[in-house]
Amino acid sequence: MIDLFSAIELARFQFAFTVSAHIIFPAFSIGLASYLAVLEALWLWKKDDAYFQVFEYWKTIFAIVFGMGVVSGIVMSYQFGTNWSVFSDKTGPILGPLMGYEVLSAFFLEAGFLGVMLFGLNRVGPRLHFFATLMVAAGTLMSAFWILSVNSWMHTPVGYGVNEAGQFVPRDWWAIIFNPSFPYRLVHMVLAAYLTTAFVVGGVGAWHLLRDTRDRGARIMFSMAMWMALLVAPLQIVAGDLHGLNTLEHQPAKVAAMEGHYETREGAPLYLFGLPDDEAEKTRYGVKIPKLGSMILTHEWDGKIKGLKAFPEDERPPSALIFWTFRIMVAIGLAMVALGLWSAWSRWRGRLYDSPWLLRAAALMTPSGFAAVLAGWITTEVGRQPWTVYGLLRTSESASPLDAPAVGISLLVFIGVYFLVFGSGTFYILRLMLKPPQAGRTEIGWPTRTAGITPGPAVGRRESEGDRHEH
Amino acid sequence: MSIDLPLIWAGLIAFAVLAYVVLDGFDLGIGILFPFLDSKADRDLAMNSVAPVWDGNETWLVLGGGGLMAVFPLAYATLLPALYAPIIAMLLGLIFRGVSFEFRGKTERGRWLWDFGFAGGSMVAALAQGITLGALVQGIEVDNRAYAGGWWDWLTPFTLLTGLSVLVGYALLGATWLFMKTENGLARQARAAAWLTGGALLVLMGAVTLSSAFLFPHYVERWFSWPALLFTLFMPVLLLACIAVFVRGLVRGHDSHPFLATIGVFVLGFLGIAISFYPWMVPPHVTIEQAAAPDSSLAFLLVGALILIPLILAYTGYAYWVFRGKVDPDEGYH
Repeated sequence: MIDLFSAIELARFQFAFTVSAHIIFPAFSIGLASYLAVLEALWLWKKDDAYFQVFEYWKTIFAIVFGMGVVSGIVMSYQFGTNWSVFSDKTGPILGPLMGYEVLSAFFLEAGFLGVMLFGLNRVGPRLHFFATLMVAAGTLMSAFWILSVNSWMHTPVGYGVNEAGQFVPRDWWAIIFNPSFPYRLVHMVLAAYLTTAFVVGGVGAWHLLRDTRDRGARIMFSMAMWMALLVAPLQIVAGDLHGLNTLEHQPAKVAAMEGHYETREGAPLYLFGLPDDEAEKTRYGVKIPKLGSMILTHEWDGKIKGLKAFPEDERPPSALIFWTFRIMVAIGLAMVALGLWSAWSRWRGRLYDSPWLLRAAALMTPSGFAAVLAGWITTEVGRQPWTVYGLLRTSESASPLDAPAVGISLLVFIGVYFLVFGSGTFYILRLMLKPPQAGRTEIGWPTRTAGITPGPAVGRRESEGDRHEH
Repeated sequence: MSIDLPLIWAGLIAFAVLAYVVLDGFDLGIGILFPFLDSKADRDLAMNSVAPVWDGNETWLVLGGGGLMAVFPLAYATLLPALYAPIIAMLLGLIFRGVSFEFRGKTERGRWLWDFGFAGGSMVAALAQGITLGALVQGIEVDNRAYAGGWWDWLTPFTLLTGLSVLVGYALLGATWLFMKTENGLARQARAAAWLTGGALLVLMGAVTLSSAFLFPHYVERWFSWPALLFTLFMPVLLLACIAVFVRGLVRGHDSHPFLATIGVFVLGFLGIAISFYPWMVPPHVTIEQAAAPDSSLAFLLVGALILIPLILAYTGYAYWVFRGKVDPDEGYH
């Protein structure tokens, strides 16, 4: 099979595969680190051991996720050099220092305090331990800051010059770091990480509530997660819309591909479904709403939208994948908003913990954040093609001078190892999630609006007359 | 007078690599010794002795790699394709080693797989790092800002010798770390391993030095030129001092001395290599000056490095302090 592909196609596939596998872990660990900090703060503040038990529950899972994020991340930090050496040589003077700051301000911070957070509670006491947890959380966020600045510069490069060796060299660091797409991408990704985590935590809580509606740990998880869904999912829609408008300004070809538009026109429709065909330069079988595309993108019914045909053929991204992954991401985002509203309705009626269909829906949506994150990243990264540095450096001119067999073999080994290692890790995580949180039980089985945060002794199962939810 | 930013950065990168070699060296050494320990209890304890710190130790490798891209992009862009196979092997080894810390305690049925992954991953990573070092010593072909050699240039008897030396050196670091951090049966095993690997490392270091002298005479010229001569003359004395501390420590049971002496040997070896390489970044075609990014990049990251590296050393030191003393078999995390 190796002969069928060129070295550069294999290198691209290897990067796509390894970075997709990697992003799953930070998307979860960024959110989980912050969640752990909140749980530990609640434990110290309210002196309620239930929070500590929920903390311990997710800490064990965090350790596995973080470990997998670290090892898959080291691969990324070397793969720029092994497989994309021309890109590294040319962008190193700009992107290298940003990644250097990521290592110095984020990776060391996380790693340095991780040991204390995982193993040190009895040695340093709760306050210093909480500080360690905060530092781990801060590290994950700082890591997101720097690496998204790097990625955003590849989309919207500014503040650079070019030297005789053909390298991009810095002219204005402030402009480079806060390049035009960076603030939008940072907010969109951090919210995505928080939502991803919220839906995992909420899904696990829901799954256990379906088995035992009085499990306090599960209630804490589910209640907190549904607040996140209610408040953050709509924010994410707004952030995503702003990010899209920013993309329209700087990368209009990507937006044309996302929308399946080949023709430039005023009052462009919004395709709900369709099959973009780059050869025929049209979107087949389109199900569309007239003029809504223009409304969303320009906020005017008759706004003008550029189609893909307005760009030279060798500067267009491949549209079908972008069109579809974008729709998957948006659909999941809307479903998250819907679940948040549904949970608010149930909470208002005092039935948050015993609405079986709500709990089932939440359990079903456990992995939805990962799917949305992957789909969104595919949209934006494939949408950057055919460039590595948008408009300046082509992907075809970025790769290392490697032979196809070398890349083909390493790709096959990566695929094999990743499925074995990260498959096993996922299996262990799922097995941990199947264990009930066991953070005590609410005194009365009858769910009340405040049940999730009612302090109560961890007592064994107590039957009460009002309990309609025996199992 | 202008500040020689490339030289400062060459020093900082060298420091990061040395910190990595010493710190992750003992973690990897634990992995290398792992299958030879007597019992599962010993293996658990050995692993627990590094569980809180290995992640921080490994981060120096990311600083070495990421930092190289930032400040010496040409070196990064020529070295890594030249060393494609050993680098990929190292990354895969580090994957298995890293996840084993968490996975091993999560399964009864599959523990053998992660025991194997921990030991095998550590060995592969150590060997690949040693081969990388050897390939760098024998030189990398560079033409027109790109690697210009063959895909198997890294594989020679010399690189296999350096690979084996690093493997044995890491095992020695691991053995002396265990000697310092454990008691009774495990400490006795560690002492035996330290004698064995210590002797072997001495022989291997001698073999590497002699063969580099014969294979690459240009390094010998450097050793006997001023001011490197100063180091060349004192090196044997300092090495003997380290050996004396090592032997006394093992015989008399000064539990931290053999570990510190081994670090001393690593520092001496590293300085020897650094002196041999200067002023090359990628011998024999790319100098520090040629590989360096523009001063604006070097200065920008240097500000952060000067503020953050002391902080990193402080809280890393704190983390080691928190887990000081002998590892308690009953405090096991898993």
